[in-house]
Amino acid sequence: MGSSRTAEITVGALFVLGILALFALAMNVSNLSSFSAEKGFNVSAKFGNVGGLQTKAKVTLSGVTVGRVTEIFYDKKSFRATVVMAIDPQYDYLPEDTQASIYTAGLLGEQYVSLEPGAEEVSLKEGSVIQLTQSAVVLEEIIGKVLVSLTTK
Amino acid sequence: MLDLLQRFGAHIINTVSSLGRATIFLFNVLLGLKDVLLRPKVFIRELYSVGVLSMLIIIFSAIFVGMVMSLLGYITLVDFGAEESLGLLVSLSLIRELGPVLSALLFSGRAGSALTAEIGLMKATEQLASMEMMAVDPVRRIIAPRFFAGLVTLPILTIIFMAVGIYSGYLVGSVWLGVDEGSFWSQMQHKVEFRHDIVNGIIKSVVFAFVVTWIAVFQGYNAMPTSEGVSKATTNSVVYSALAVLALDFVLTALMFSNF
Repeated sequence: MGSSRTAEITVGALFVLGILALFALAMNVSNLSSFSAEKGFNVSAKFGNVGGLQTKAKVTLSGVTVGRVTEIFYDKKSFRATVVMAIDPQYDYLPEDTQASIYTAGLLGEQYVSLEPGAEEVSLKEGSVIQLTQSAVVLEEIIGKVLVSLTTK
Repeated sequence: MLDLLQRFGAHIINTVSSLGRATIFLFNVLLGLKDVLLRPKVFIRELYSVGVLSMLIIIFSAIFVGMVMSLLGYITLVDFGAEESLGLLVSLSLIRELGPVLSALLFSGRAGSALTAEIGLMKATEQLASMEMMAVDPVRRIIAPRFFAGLVTLPILTIIFMAVGIYSGYLVGSVWLGVDEGSFWSQMQHKVEFRHDIVNGIIKSVVFAFVVTWIAVFQGYNAMPTSEGVSKATTNSVVYSALAVLALDFVLTALMFSNF
């Protein structure tokens, strides 16, 4: 009967090890423990140009990640791109005149949305639209402007 | 000319009929689930011989695969000043591809071949036939516990492979080569998604477990009852498993990850 007992113990150990490994993967390797977009409240903003912004991009506040971009689509009425962001509920005190800008992380990095709080008393909530926006910087436009300013001098 | 055509036709008929037999066999095995659950002692013994005994080779391979991935990745990435992405490289490749595929290949070599040889030898020594004489269905009594043991253990072994591989990659990358520990983990946590990457990796390993153990038990059950037949069945079991795993991996990757 002894060998059967050893077999049962080791099988139990195998399953425990498997569960521990899955737990390590979930908590340590993947972003399951950090902010997930489903819990946040949705805020949208209209941009003239979103550049290379993609869904799941970061939304930051002074560099701290406070949410994710959940949806990007073109708005037929305003002829501008609409970016929907899910923001962590613990940041529900952002003023209504918060400005949203699209920046690039580093020279060649991914693009993200940066929020800069304004001064209004009313704060952003589910469904709010951010009015003040700054589009993504397109490299060709800058080169064009630089060339124009160089040639006019 | 006509002879050649005849041999070709006979080969096709053979292949199709053995595919059909394999499918009917699979249904019979799946119907044996009830018998497996009624005899947990037998099932646990199979879990031991199929799973626990394969654990050592899985863990050792994972350690070395993780270390090699980390070392090679570092050499490539350091030229671009992007060695912080090392954690992401190691974890994504282990979770999406290497974990499921290598565990399935090792499993078919370690456990699949043993299953085939065991069942084939039982057939060659007429143990299966004598069970039938005693009105005991060998498919339910012998094959089904082995099949379900393989189906359960390979995903668990794959998860262990992924975790061990990532931690040994961390050991080489961070402790030995000096990649910043914080960015190694944070880059990984930032990009690896539980639902998209880890769950899909586990789904892959469940599919591989199904195919590998199916091939192994069918090759054993279908083996010619001679010593030569058993050796041929064992070879076929490993070769077919490897081909099926690699081909299915391409299909699954195309379905799961092609838009990223």
